[in-house]
Amino acid sequence: MFRRLEQAGGRKVALSLDGTAIEAFEGENLAAALIGAGFGPFRTTPVSGSPRAPYCMMGVCFECLAEIDGVPNRQTCLETVRSGMTIRRQSGPADIGGL
Amino acid sequence: MSGKRTTEFIIVGGGIVGGAVAYGLARAGRRVTLLDEGDVALRAARGNFGNVWVQGKGGNSPDYADLTRDAANGWQAFSDRLEAETGVPLHFRRPGAFYICFTREELRKRAELMQKIEDSATVRGSFEAIDRREFARRIPEIGPSVAGATFSPDDGTANPLHLLRALIAGMTKFGGRYLAHHKATGVTRNGDGFRVATAQGPFDCGCVVLAAGLGNATVGRDIGLTAPVRPVRGQILVTEKVRPFLQYGTNFIRQTVEGGCVFGESSEEVGNDESTTLPVLRETARKAIKAFPMLANARIVRSWGALRIMTPDGVPVYRSSRMPAPAFLLSVHSGVTLAPFHAGRMVEDILSGSLDDGRYAAFSPERFDVQAA
Repeated sequence: MFRRLEQAGGRKVALSLDGTAIEAFEGENLAAALIGAGFGPFRTTPVSGSPRAPYCMMGVCFECLAEIDGVPNRQTCLETVRSGMTIRRQSGPADIGGL
Repeated sequence: MSGKRTTEFIIVGGGIVGGAVAYGLARAGRRVTLLDEGDVALRAARGNFGNVWVQGKGGNSPDYADLTRDAANGWQAFSDRLEAETGVPLHFRRPGAFYICFTREELRKRAELMQKIEDSATVRGSFEAIDRREFARRIPEIGPSVAGATFSPDDGTANPLHLLRALIAGMTKFGGRYLAHHKATGVTRNGDGFRVATAQGPFDCGCVVLAAGLGNATVGRDIGLTAPVRPVRGQILVTEKVRPFLQYGTNFIRQTVEGGCVFGESSEEVGNDESTTLPVLRETARKAIKAFPMLANARIVRSWGALRIMTPDGVPVYRSSRMPAPAFLLSVHSGVTLAPFHAGRMVEDILSGSLDDGRYAAFSPERFDVQAA
């Protein structure tokens, strides 16, 4: 569905996406890298459980949330790819511990 | 002159108070125009915490305690009707609320105040003072430095933004007219009625209702209808959406239906400055974490400041005049709690032509006058 317009300059690194190893370019936008890897929906909503994927890609809409390195509700469009990141799909509301 | 510039009722102010009166009047079949400002308005309705709050109100005024209790008791029916009419969900819930105390002394004083109000109010309410152990039994997530709480089943919460939207939608549905970017700059007599000046030209009406928030200090000066109100800033933070853990209201933390946790408890006298400051936000967050330690793991996504409309004693000011036609003024800081009253009984009284009967005596601004010896 999405085609990369130009090759990112960084080196290829490995990420873990829902337990599966994927490759992405270091330093590229994480939401874009996940879309490129065919990831979706990114999460389901806390209230109705409906599926969501990135919309604004600029930090405003909060639709692209995912769990990054164990921390829920992270805006993937505001993150850049680092080697060894662990991304998990988020289902419903986030746990903040003690619950 | 176009008929559009002449109407039966003009409401000055499109917040929750003006919206409630305009909705009630339109619903009663009256011709209503609501004059609102734009997004630059100092708008308490958009910074509101969203509590329907009874407990502790009216310590200095049994009439205010009764008014608040009646309004809160009417909230469910009001919400059901407004939701049915507009399709806007108000997220009203009334599981009761805790006022969280951090020392035993605070809890003792709080319970005394609640008992004093209970003894003086004529509309029945109820409360309990509970110690830490009982509080932890009801809400296991409370922190170790919480000493206890007062709990009242009379308190509730609602979504203030949805309420504002529903009131305007309801008014419009019943034929009322909403005009944004029409800030009223003054009101003068005009024959048997009034003329309201705006930057977009004058509007004429037979009856005017002033619900201009902080603007009520001045907008009705030329018709002798003002209120001594001043801005009191509150700063609020909201977290990311997290798994629901707090269905109850509390005095300064509320979890919304969607899961975000709202914190706010500050009061500052800083004029019309709506900004936020780090020390106050830090203290507010610190206190929230003290109450519920796991909130330390929740990230804040927004913070904002808003200005309460405060009268000298915190009790509403309601007044009317007949100079030359019926005119009314409403100044309150609890527009959400009192919305059922403003859209209901207050509208009936406005339609009767004045607020002169004894029921409004306690809300007259004459209470602030220095008494002659």
